[in-house]
Amino acid sequence: MNEAVVHLHPAGRLAALVGNPNAGKTALFNRLTGSRQKVANYAGVTVERKEGRLHLPSGKHVRVLDLPGTYSLHPRSPDEKITCDVLGGNAVGEKRPDLVVCVVDATQLRRGLRLVLAVLRTGLPCVVAVNMMDLAETQGLRIDLEALSRELGVPVVSTVAIQSDGAEHLQQRLDDHDVWHGLLSPLAAPSARPDYEVVSEMLGRLGLQKAARHEASDAIDRIVLHPVFGPLLLAVLLFLIFQAVFSWATLPMDMIKAGTSWAGDFVSSHLPDGLLRSFIVDALIAGVGGVIVFLPQILILFFFILLLEESGYLPRAAFLLDRLMGSVGLSGRSFIPLLSSFACAIPGIMATRSISNTRDRLVTIMIAPLMTCSARLPVYALLIGAFVPHRALAFGVELQGLVLFVLYVAGVAGSMAVAWALKQLSGKGEVRPLMMELPWYHMPRARNIAIGLWQRAQIFMRRVGGVILVLTVLLWILASFPAPPEGATGPAIQYSFAGMLGHALAVVLAPIGFNWQISIALVPGMAAREVVVGALGTVYALSATATDTAQSLSPLIRQSWSTATGLSLLAWFVFAPQCLSTLAAVKRETGEWRWPVIMAAYLFALAYLASFVTYHAALWLGIS
Amino acid sequence: MVFDDITRTRFHSGPLLAAPVGEACVVRSVRAPDSNPDLKSQLEDIGFVPGETVQITVRGFPGGEPLAVRIGESTFALRAIEASCIEVEIISNPGLR
Repeated sequence: MNEAVVHLHPAGRLAALVGNPNAGKTALFNRLTGSRQKVANYAGVTVERKEGRLHLPSGKHVRVLDLPGTYSLHPRSPDEKITCDVLGGNAVGEKRPDLVVCVVDATQLRRGLRLVLAVLRTGLPCVVAVNMMDLAETQGLRIDLEALSRELGVPVVSTVAIQSDGAEHLQQRLDDHDVWHGLLSPLAAPSARPDYEVVSEMLGRLGLQKAARHEASDAIDRIVLHPVFGPLLLAVLLFLIFQAVFSWATLPMDMIKAGTSWAGDFVSSHLPDGLLRSFIVDALIAGVGGVIVFLPQILILFFFILLLEESGYLPRAAFLLDRLMGSVGLSGRSFIPLLSSFACAIPGIMATRSISNTRDRLVTIMIAPLMTCSARLPVYALLIGAFVPHRALAFGVELQGLVLFVLYVAGVAGSMAVAWALKQLSGKGEVRPLMMELPWYHMPRARNIAIGLWQRAQIFMRRVGGVILVLTVLLWILASFPAPPEGATGPAIQYSFAGMLGHALAVVLAPIGFNWQISIALVPGMAAREVVVGALGTVYALSATATDTAQSLSPLIRQSWSTATGLSLLAWFVFAPQCLSTLAAVKRETGEWRWPVIMAAYLFALAYLASFVTYHAALWLGIS
Repeated sequence: MVFDDITRTRFHSGPLLAAPVGEACVVRSVRAPDSNPDLKSQLEDIGFVPGETVQITVRGFPGGEPLAVRIGESTFALRAIEASCIEVEIISNPGLR
């Protein structure tokens, strides 16, 4: 049955930001609308259209669309298609914009103006915003905006999106009624001459033929992209990050732990024994409090990720790893989506929209969950803290940080193996272009890093207060009822619904060393990986005998599990698709149920296999 | 390989893939292989158009792939397949442009 679709467009005039990737559209969008969309120094950060509202000096407002960057109006990848569809008025749920703001990087005029010509031919009114004017000036580029405006036949303004008043000229222009109904530029007519010739002559007349140089970037690249030092530097950098995640976080984590254990003791001593006390101590403090402990580690990891994103290093890392990617049948284009997946697989899967080859895009989606997302960090940190001794190895290397590094590497190695296997099945001998821009390096801006960290902390706390809290409470209910029969000897949870479920699952999971408590925790952990930590906290708080409930989770599991079990659970989390929202994102991006089902099946199979091997190897080696 | 022979003698013109690192060249033409006709317009979109200055800044290791290529004001990472589509000629006096 067909459904009639009614498009309701919000009233008001609509301006769309269009430009080359990494020209600063999103930074300008944030400046205009007061939004805080993610910006970074590489191409393809924005893969969807985002809308905001701009209040003009006159008091009127317009709607502003931020669109994915594109080099031309011939779309090659799903994200570029979004931009072209919007400009053509073919996008579902959005009217054709009334005006296009062409954002041009002042230091990349040649390429930007070629896109401007293509936009002019769409016949839409247009304003050209020459962005990053500050950078151009430091490089000695003098751009005569008046003359450029005469050449193009449309208004031209300068912007510096990273300065608080950097969009003022643009705002004033957008307040001008005539701009929205501007005369068609003479360049809008189709021309027999190629655009690059038109632009080249235009730049010649403006005295801008000479290419700008960025000596510092060149000097950095000579080291960073060096065949020997480059990969070495990358390895050292990643290694140091994982060391820092453990060593820097100790103090804040101890403080949070002390706080939660104080809260547990306080409630225990002031409330009578009963359901309410059990709810607060076992569900809220042991469950949710057990997850908050990991906030410092997540923030430290993101601090480094944001630094790398801001500086422009990420595409260089992609450059260094391109041979590896190519050998397993992927293009360098897959690198950025996979890297985003280290934060969370969902934005990573969405970022695959910048991959033009459908087969490569699907393979990238299928392996994205193998990248170690930040939700795994609390689980890893808990298990490493409990089962890996805190010991310094040679050269200042610390064992716990090393194990964490190995787990990240295991995820990457697993993904490469899967990609290689898929290459044997399909896409052999296909040509995979790279064409990835290596942007100039920028000094990371403290403000962007601070905003990024703040947003990360908010996301994490929202998860703690949302899905993690709800599921932990739900688990507490299932683990508290029904009450144990008269004369029962074991802890009450053994006789509850959760206890029964755990014992049933443990039959399947016993061969990989999981006890019934772990089996229970894995079920709510399907919603999000960190829930497992909260769930284990609640399960153990409820199974503990009276006195030691306020004890933190780590020593509890160290006492009750074998090391083989701990390592087996670590191996499980490298592969297991313990995240329903990721599977939903795969359905959304591929449009088919087939892919999330295949993904879940293969990842569970890999997880079971990895845990089985780890568990039995550990037993055989006598690690206890 | 044929490219090796060209590099060993003095490179004057040919595919960008064979150009020596650090040598300023000018793009003469771009042609795509029959297996991937899209490549031509894709390369043109990112700036590989006749007359543009081009220079290999870094050659990957091992196997000489990928390449970091300066084109106009920007730098792009290219694989061998793309770099072999671009015909270039050495600028004898780079100061001229």
